Amino acid sequence: MIAILEIQDLHVSYRSSGGGLCPALTSVSFGLMPGEIMGVLGESGSGKSTLAGSLVRLLPANARITRGAVQFEETDLLRANADELRQIRGRRISLIFQEPSLALHPTMRVGEQVRQVLAAHDSLGKSALNEQTRQVFDQVFPEEADRISHSYPHQLSGGQRQRVLIAQAIACGPSVVIADEPTASLDPTTQMEILGVFRNLREKLGLAMIFITHNPALLCGFADRVLVLYAGKVAECGPAETVLASPRHPYTKALFHSIPTVFDRPGNTRKTKLPAILGDSARSSLPIQGCPFEPRCTERMDTCKEREPTRVNLSASHTVSCFKYES
Amino acid sequence: MKVEATIGKNMQPLLRVENLVKRYAKRSLAGTPEEFLALDGVSFTVFPGTTLAVVGESGSGKSTLAACLACLESPTAGSIWFEGREITKLEERACRQVRPQIQVIFQDPASSLNPRWSVMEVLAEPLILQRKFTREEIDRRISSLLERVGLSPDIVERSPTELSGGQRQRLAIARALALEPKLLILDEALSALDCSVQAQIANLLVELQGSLGMTYLFITHDLAMAAHLADEIAVMDRGRIVEQGQAQKILKHPEQETTRQLLAAVPRLTLAPPLLEQ
Repeated sequence: MIAILEIQDLHVSYRSSGGGLCPALTSVSFGLMPGEIMGVLGESGSGKSTLAGSLVRLLPANARITRGAVQFEETDLLRANADELRQIRGRRISLIFQEPSLALHPTMRVGEQVRQVLAAHDSLGKSALNEQTRQVFDQVFPEEADRISHSYPHQLSGGQRQRVLIAQAIACGPSVVIADEPTASLDPTTQMEILGVFRNLREKLGLAMIFITHNPALLCGFADRVLVLYAGKVAECGPAETVLASPRHPYTKALFHSIPTVFDRPGNTRKTKLPAILGDSARSSLPIQGCPFEPRCTERMDTCKEREPTRVNLSASHTVSCFKYES
Repeated sequence: MKVEATIGKNMQPLLRVENLVKRYAKRSLAGTPEEFLALDGVSFTVFPGTTLAVVGESGSGKSTLAACLACLESPTAGSIWFEGREITKLEERACRQVRPQIQVIFQDPASSLNPRWSVMEVLAEPLILQRKFTREEIDRRISSLLERVGLSPDIVERSPTELSGGQRQRLAIARALALEPKLLILDEALSALDCSVQAQIANLLVELQGSLGMTYLFITHDLAMAAHLADEIAVMDRGRIVEQGQAQKILKHPEQETTRQLLAAVPRLTLAPPLLEQ
């Protein structure tokens, strides 16, 4: 099978006010298969949102894509001109942002907001446009589609607003949806509900998805593959069942262990400490050379300080960047 | 109530809430006044040095409860005893003596800290407002607060915007601790943080409970974190406490549908056995 979206050796930097370049993504490569859900896992500052933005070239003005290619169908999105991009963004590849209350226009009915997406991309007649809007609403709101499309954002709950954003994203029948922390501000019950909506749409429409989150537990039973970003670099990438059940990179392992379980692990008495990862990944605390995770790593070796690990293939589909696995 | 196993029976509760009701008046689009019952007869007791977790979906009344306890909202009916003193009907002057002892930490540290102030100013404000400390004493207290929450003293000149999410939440905790409160209300204090940072802050809370004997009211929708931090859990649904008891008991044998639903919604990560043994 051929990847629908192929990211090759992507490098993105931000120009700081002092004039220097701060790398945000370094050498990120992966391919997204048609109908696949790729979970991108990372903490704040790891480059998750930069990745989402650079795939459709929606980055802050001070960002520079310094190297790489993003192949979508026949086009390299990083070299496409404004017209070509407009054809692709929103229609073929769409983006869902984190904060549903900020992404919607507060004084416009949500039905109209979805209709405008359709109107911007297709030259449909008025009745065809209305019909299509209704169909899109039916897909994300099996019940009450009518009432909701006539509501204003403030009349809707967080979960409903998030569904409206999903409706906007799927309105033109894209083949790729990029979702940047779409459930971060929702409570767990609603979170599960939204994941259900995504799963459903994937089945029905065969969408491929890049799902960005900081919570590994959300990807369980949802994502097909998981890509772990640390300080703008790919730490680990592999099939979801493998990575989530037996992670190999020391960062992934430590991250998973720092999450409390509902039921105590055997032998754990209450009010013990969680095995947290010490320190932080702020730009200022990253080492100048060597592995970026070295200062926080419990399994570090001498070589980790000297040079950066290269990507090791553990199996055909599972890669990890750590010296522990280099032979 | 059910914590006698760990706490002496003759111990005074720090906080006792009885039949608390909070009604908000709202107006429908047609203009007819309607009432919204945010808290509908809530009662519970918290003993010193323990943690009560209040869990529930958004809209269940958790944050209204926090606001009432912190004397930020006055309840419609019911009473709150703090250290044996009824605090709902206190006058403003008396209220000012109680408020410093109950501090709140909010969800988003970025929006609860003034971005134009330095870390120093953020921490000095509560101390200055008390008007009983000298400049030297304030400086001394600030450095001990920073040390207590694990922040390096050389960040005092920085603004909160220059700190990472974890550092900002540590700063919010330091500010809450400045007046040596007896009760800390944590209103979704971990929800906006990354998983790895959540673990660091949760550990800090456990540490502070050990060293200062802090009492926490931990409001959250994250049952896993509630299970980790709390002695007791109270489950809220539409303004009522539907189930309450020892944390592990509630999780293992939930009696109410709401609790079961909340439990089912917790995303779970099941690590393969070999990794757990490491």
